[in-house]
Amino acid sequence: MRVSLFITCYNDTLFPETGKAVVRVLERLGHMVEFPRGQTCCGQMHYNTGYQAEAMPLLERFVAQFRGAEAVVVPSSSCVAMMRDHYPKMAVASGRAELIAEVDALLPRVFEFSEFLTKRLGLEDVGAYYPHRVTYHASCHGLRNLLLGDGPMRLLKAVRGIDLVELQGLEQCCGFGGTFAVKNADVSSAMLAEKTTAVLNTKAEACTACDNSCLMHLQGALHRQRTGVKTVHLAEILAGEDGVGR
Amino acid sequence: MSGVGLDPKTAPTFPMAAKAMLGDTQLRKNVRHATDVIQEKRARVVGEMPDWQELREAGRQIRRHTMEYLDFYLEEFEANCTRAGGVVHWARDAEEARGIVVGLVKASGSDQVIKIKSMTTEEIQLNSALEAAGIHPYETDLAELIIQLGEDRPSHIVVPALHKNRQQIREIFQREMKLPELGERPQDLADAARMFLREKFLRVKTAVSGANFLIAETGGVCVVESEGNGRMCLTLPETLITIAGIDKVLPRFQDLEVMLQLLPRSATGERMNPYNSIWTGVDAASSGDGLRDGPRVFHVVLTDNARTEILADEEGRQTLNCIRCGACQNACPVYRQTGGHAYGSVYAGPIGAILTPQLQEMHHAQSLPYASSLCGACYEVCPVKINIPEVLIHLRNKVVKQNTAGVAGLFDVEAGAMKAMAMIFRSERRFRAAQRLGRVAERPLVRRDGQGEGWIGWLPGLLGGWTQARDLEEMPKETFRDWWERRGRDGN
Repeated sequence: MRVSLFITCYNDTLFPETGKAVVRVLERLGHMVEFPRGQTCCGQMHYNTGYQAEAMPLLERFVAQFRGAEAVVVPSSSCVAMMRDHYPKMAVASGRAELIAEVDALLPRVFEFSEFLTKRLGLEDVGAYYPHRVTYHASCHGLRNLLLGDGPMRLLKAVRGIDLVELQGLEQCCGFGGTFAVKNADVSSAMLAEKTTAVLNTKAEACTACDNSCLMHLQGALHRQRTGVKTVHLAEILAGEDGVGR
Repeated sequence: MSGVGLDPKTAPTFPMAAKAMLGDTQLRKNVRHATDVIQEKRARVVGEMPDWQELREAGRQIRRHTMEYLDFYLEEFEANCTRAGGVVHWARDAEEARGIVVGLVKASGSDQVIKIKSMTTEEIQLNSALEAAGIHPYETDLAELIIQLGEDRPSHIVVPALHKNRQQIREIFQREMKLPELGERPQDLADAARMFLREKFLRVKTAVSGANFLIAETGGVCVVESEGNGRMCLTLPETLITIAGIDKVLPRFQDLEVMLQLLPRSATGERMNPYNSIWTGVDAASSGDGLRDGPRVFHVVLTDNARTEILADEEGRQTLNCIRCGACQNACPVYRQTGGHAYGSVYAGPIGAILTPQLQEMHHAQSLPYASSLCGACYEVCPVKINIPEVLIHLRNKVVKQNTAGVAGLFDVEAGAMKAMAMIFRSERRFRAAQRLGRVAERPLVRRDGQGEGWIGWLPGLLGGWTQARDLEEMPKETFRDWWERRGRDGN
């Protein structure tokens, strides 16, 4: 299949390893990956903070970049949630029939990365090897907006060498919430403290998720506390291969 | 009792109030424990229902339909209530509602009232108005009694005193009921409250209640409760004054079938409330043989207080579907950290974050729509499927529009940053330039850790909130798109 990658603005800038891992997994599975170079950002930060007008041109940009795609893969559940929950409404509000039609036609071909593997390709075992103790955090958007269910866990369970440990309060928000982490820094930190405690209790070497935004938040605290626990995007675990160093 | 700290017009912003609450470890422990217990019970009794999702959808449809034809159903309620001997009053705002209730109590000849737990009376700050008029209100709901005696404010819609633990309640009772020997078992506390309240029930001739539902078809009023104190207030006094928001109406008696399954399960994790009271008008036979059951004089005060404005807002309207079960509060990770007082409103938690700013017509409580990480737990548990995250985002847009209007908007730091970011994202070239610029700009802030990795432990200005509890890893040397292009060129 020809897979178009929407990397997202923060993965592009801050987590290129996640993007490389997505490419590695998809190519290993025999798919052709393309990267439309005009892509930038889905507009989630603007939209969710109340700057709806600023998000609109980013919707148009996304549609223009990906309208011809066979499948769009996005390694971020919150960005996919932004598109699924809000793009149709935004298109309707624009009153432009052709934009509404394009959004409606494109969205069914947009997948979060783990969702693409489990639901579109019907896979669980992607041939990965990752000999570490790992715990999984279900990001809110993946869980409640995309209804990923146990898809990411099934992918992880199929990884050879992995020691998967369950996280207490798996479904509790980590407290990131985009600009919430800055606007309500104290409450966000309190929520984060609960999450990092749960992660440390698992004695895992790494915490994984389908969303680098949650992970960046967790990683920041785990580093501040000098815990030695890493965060790693699900794609990077699935990209692991026997004999290939990360 | 002063309403200061909890009046949204004078309350501090949510982040400021939350900071104070986060330091109160006892309060946080109490809130955590109480919400855990209720959530666990709720999950169990909801899990028993094979058709819970269908019930939620039915609940949503009933509420939506009601809001669409609200004027019709309110008039139907008025006609049927009047026919049954009730008197219906209409109040445009809180001040009018307070005036009507105070007038009615005075007309009843009583300088005391017993009260059933009611959020609407909290909303319009009725107790202080009664006191100012020389009328003493006695709360009869156990939790509201604790709040009243402790000169506190409710912190939860259903469990107003959930931030207090047993020891704290005992101290309040010892002091206010003058019972220095009071024991600390739940039974001792319940006995003390029972003795204290029984005297009021038997003596005070006028009662004030709220309403869970107003039934248009019959003109009846429904109150559900757990303790039986409400039933006492409804049956013993001679005058009963019910105050309700105009959003409380239900079209048909049969709609209770859906609502009385959704409400108790969502609110307290019970299959059915121990007391479900529905009364219609007055007791016509009361004067004859001296035997009577129910009030001889019955008033309903239908209060708008900004609800028609909310109704007119297509996106905010679903807020009025709320049946005040409080499930969103128990599920909300923000509420669970701070408790209710941080919201500066009688309606706390996710529902308060969307209801209060709209009740205040957005002039106050501008920080409340941001008091959420948009995790969606509130929407997941809402028995009538109010999409609270959607309304939060809608209200954030209203806040932004208010703050960026006119000349002041030009100097709004956040708006400036957001607009600049939006400009950058509208061009690939500008985006790449910003990525390069970011790497240069962060350089003075980066420190090497023991592993030789670069981390930022302090950020200036608006971003400083981030580094309060978290570090930020330095940006990688190469963006994904640079790698992609290099890979294309190098052919590997």
